[in-house]
Amino acid sequence: MDHSHADTDKHVRLYLTVFAALAVGTVVTVAANQLHVEHALAIGIALGIATVKASLVAAVFMHLKWERSAWIWSTLALCAVFFVVLLFIPVLETSEHPPNVVVGTWDVLPEAHTEHAGHHE
Amino acid sequence: MSTAVLPYTVEPHPITRLYSGKLGIWLFLASEVMLFGALFSSYVLLRVGAPVAGPAAWPAHAETGLSWKIGGFNTLVLIISSVTMVMAWAALKTHNIGRAKAYLATTVFLALVFIVVKLTLEYIPKIQAGHTPSHNNFFALYFTLTGLHALHIIGGIIVITYFIGPGSALWKTDPEYFTNRVECTGLYWHFVDLVWIFLFPVLYLT
Repeated sequence: MDHSHADTDKHVRLYLTVFAALAVGTVVTVAANQLHVEHALAIGIALGIATVKASLVAAVFMHLKWERSAWIWSTLALCAVFFVVLLFIPVLETSEHPPNVVVGTWDVLPEAHTEHAGHHE
Repeated sequence: MSTAVLPYTVEPHPITRLYSGKLGIWLFLASEVMLFGALFSSYVLLRVGAPVAGPAAWPAHAETGLSWKIGGFNTLVLIISSVTMVMAWAALKTHNIGRAKAYLATTVFLALVFIVVKLTLEYIPKIQAGHTPSHNNFFALYFTLTGLHALHIIGGIIVITYFIGPGSALWKTDPEYFTNRVECTGLYWHFVDLVWIFLFPVLYLT
């Protein structure tokens, strides 16, 4: 990457703008959390703002906004695919079990364990 | 110093058209996404699968005793450290090594603030209150996720300190190479910040 001083000045201004946006985003996240909206909605709002903040960091601080390399973008695309797969694992896992009977709670739900032991192995 | 010279530290590689460090750090960050992604996935699985009531129920936020004020403070500390990190790189681009070092030192200072706050105001009181990783699934995930993240912060502190100290000798012999090394360190550092941006709402707010 070749940057003149003027380019760098422009970048520095952008960095400071993004910093302001990230700070505001943090305050809004906390403020929204005090609103006592429905729990699912609260999680949605918090993760939504976090995604916007993360995108700003990746685009500006990590220079992806100016990144043209197919090598980097294809690495990221592959990464995104597997990340989505990772996040879908819980969905697949929980759908195999009736409610309240899931991995990790057997020790406190012994009756559930014995009842469903036949499904495993 | 060995006599072997790493190729493509500054000039682009003929195939990738990137300096090799940059492709390397992005491949590493992709593997990091998988590492943290697996843990986030575990979080979703254990939380969604937790019973609605009973001893294994997911703790209500108040029960965790985590303070959004401390978490929010540390969020701002890391965001500012990301800004100082990118400013260090921008200073090198304008050939101002003195200013770059000042920004790098500020980054290290903020990273230390993060760790000290985490340790003295969170980890130690939590453990003293009996909220160890074995207390419940929430604290098992809390310590695993934030502990792994804290290790990344410590790793960053070591690398950035190296570039303020002995590593900066490279500036005199090959300033562009040095600038690229700081850029790669920055990419790593922003990623660590990015992970925290998700950890904060997931653990402290909802």
